[in-house]
Amino acid sequence: MVLLQISEPGASPAPHEHRLAVGIDLGTTNSLVATVRSGAATVLPDAHGRPLLPSIVRFLPDGRAEVGYAAQARQADDPKNTIVSVKRYMGRGIKDVTHIENAPYDFIDAPGMLQVRTAAGVKSPVEVSAEILKVLRERAELSLQGGLSGAVVTVPAYFDDAQRQATKDAARLAGLNVLRLLNEPTAAAIAYGLENASEGVYAVYDLGGGTFDLSILKLARGVFEVVATSGDSMLGGDDFDQRVFCWSVEQAKLAPLSPRDMRLLLVKAREAKEFLTFHSEANITAKLSSGELVDVTLDTETFCRITQTLVHKTLGPVRKALRDAGLTVDGIKGVVMVGGATRMPQIQRAVGEFFRRDPLNNLDPDKVVALGAAMQANVLAGNRPQGEDWLLLDVIPLSLGIETMGGLVEKIIPRNTTIPAARGQEFTTFKDGQSAMSFHVVQGERELVSDCRSLARFELKGIPPMVAGAARVRVSFQVDADGLLSVAAKEATTGAEASVTVKPSYGIADADIERMLRDSFEHAREDVHARALAEQRVEARRLLEATRSALQADGHLLSVEERSVIESAAQSLEKLLESTDHRAIKRAADALNRATEQFAGRRMDEGIRRALAGRKIGSL
Amino acid sequence: MNAVAGKALTSNHFELFGLEPVFALNADSLDSAYRDIQAKVHPDRFAHAGDAERRASLQWTTRVNEAYRTLKDPLQRARHLLELRGVDVAFETNTAMPADFLVQQMALRESLEEAVEAKDVASLDSLRKGLVEEKSKLEKQLGESIDAKNDYAGAAGLVRKLMFLDRLDSEIDLAYEALD
Repeated sequence: MVLLQISEPGASPAPHEHRLAVGIDLGTTNSLVATVRSGAATVLPDAHGRPLLPSIVRFLPDGRAEVGYAAQARQADDPKNTIVSVKRYMGRGIKDVTHIENAPYDFIDAPGMLQVRTAAGVKSPVEVSAEILKVLRERAELSLQGGLSGAVVTVPAYFDDAQRQATKDAARLAGLNVLRLLNEPTAAAIAYGLENASEGVYAVYDLGGGTFDLSILKLARGVFEVVATSGDSMLGGDDFDQRVFCWSVEQAKLAPLSPRDMRLLLVKAREAKEFLTFHSEANITAKLSSGELVDVTLDTETFCRITQTLVHKTLGPVRKALRDAGLTVDGIKGVVMVGGATRMPQIQRAVGEFFRRDPLNNLDPDKVVALGAAMQANVLAGNRPQGEDWLLLDVIPLSLGIETMGGLVEKIIPRNTTIPAARGQEFTTFKDGQSAMSFHVVQGERELVSDCRSLARFELKGIPPMVAGAARVRVSFQVDADGLLSVAAKEATTGAEASVTVKPSYGIADADIERMLRDSFEHAREDVHARALAEQRVEARRLLEATRSALQADGHLLSVEERSVIESAAQSLEKLLESTDHRAIKRAADALNRATEQFAGRRMDEGIRRALAGRKIGSL
Repeated sequence: MNAVAGKALTSNHFELFGLEPVFALNADSLDSAYRDIQAKVHPDRFAHAGDAERRASLQWTTRVNEAYRTLKDPLQRARHLLELRGVDVAFETNTAMPADFLVQQMALRESLEEAVEAKDVASLDSLRKGLVEEKSKLEKQLGESIDAKNDYAGAAGLVRKLMFLDRLDSEIDLAYEALD
């Protein structure tokens, strides 16, 4: 990359290189990685040709981890060290997880997020998920024969801030550059919308292994607009297994089970559930460690009866999303089915009856999210020419607010607000001379703080002495394009400013991420320094390329002096590219970023001006 | 932020979208201006750019979303217009309302409570229907007060009434959720 070349007027740009970008569906039951090759999205299989990676991680006493089928094969023998459905624990404390008593793990209730004691030490759900993501990254790099430039990782639309932050942390820990966290139903709509070239309002019914999402999307002229989203982050296909499991225990009149037997019977329950999609009855047979034999038969009718409340439970969020969108079922042009659990005939039937139309299910419900994510990654990587790409306008699923007097919640950003979004609210002191205020940030729809999820607490200190009610403390919420929140507070009456920015406490501190990265590299005997250097170089090249194309597109927005400041900062960075001092590269990159700040602002204005060019005020 | 504040960040919501500041806004023009601008500034367009551009994109998109949300909603649009015309509306402190309106509001809330107690979805539906009609009537009057008559004091009164109805609207939402 030679920056000087392009700063000459009229010089032709370097041919755009195709960036390797992938979409990853980090699922409760299975995970997948997909990419766009020769214009078509395709799932990347493992060396044995298998597209799915079971989201199962088994930790071994020597510190290593087995992931996927290998771990699955051992889950009944080693249930305590074999973590399944880790997605259910992301960003969650012990009290948040339903049926936790049925999980055979040695949980530790750490602040913010629970942890699991395994043979390889104490692991957080973020670390467990990172093991899955690492396998997918390696699979993609092997198959695409190169380092990945970035990845889009999907999350359930109904994931709250803590769960999203945990997912992003896991991806970083796995060495992925996260281009965007993308909502799963939106990813599915991308896969469907483009292949079927449909315009109109669609509902996406996404019943995965552990989560349920219902999104209403408007597709028009290359824009995917999420109008409303709702769901239940603790309801999924696993719950159907659970019902079958409990039913079997009851039928066979079993005494309390050991972790191993519990795991064995749960696996059998899942197999029976899957079998019933195409058959009218399924046998559940298992030999328990006591030698006792379980042998029961489940027919379709009984299966429907014992899971009826679960099916019904999905329709509440469906009605809620329709109300939020101001629509009735007549306004819905189609219903897209996502997630392996939607294969169950009773689900297809219930959805068909509710929407009074047959659901769309022609794409593989297990792959559709990964395919859509790959298509979005391809757009974000800039591999599609402008005009042939599309725009995605997404919303936050749950309201964000702050605790006020009496344990009540003041909503700052309501649910279904299009992101990125920012909103502020003023608060004041209630005591004379009060010098500090503490804030509690929460997420949820209920009026009482105790019914919402606690995201962060922070304190603003250094408020100058004033009478009660005179201070003006402005609390600002900013939600970025990944749906992640940061909060700042500032006192503005006396000019003496104090401000603080917090990241939600459920996320992992940057220092922890670094420590975990170090640990994992020590284990893999990789050189931390080499890794940091490689990352800084990639980042620097990306920045140089972005600067080059920005100068080429909008260089006329700069004066000669302004341009030379940017160019000299770029040259300094370029000279350092071959240096082995990753900190020096980082400093030069930061300097270039600062030098281009004003230019970036002008480019946005220019973009808006161009977008509106040709429109006449008053011609409407 | 001030160092990079551009025209778009400081203009009013109507200017941002190149629209004339009127209450009777053409919804299609607003939608298409919004989408065209988003296509230029959205963070997805800068996923591979440098930090400065990604920050600017976040800032501008946030601004555009806020402006769109305000103009899209009749109540917020009216408030914004009145502010632009220098009318001190003091909505939060001035709560004096005509007695007949308040009586009517109390009656509506009682019906809502009764519907919730009786778990009567049909009554909720009819309450919502009446509310939608009442709102569109008020919005029509608002348009006339602001765009045709320049009667800002009258408009401010109508905005306050709309705020009452909006609150009732969200209470009906909560009632539906409670019955689900």
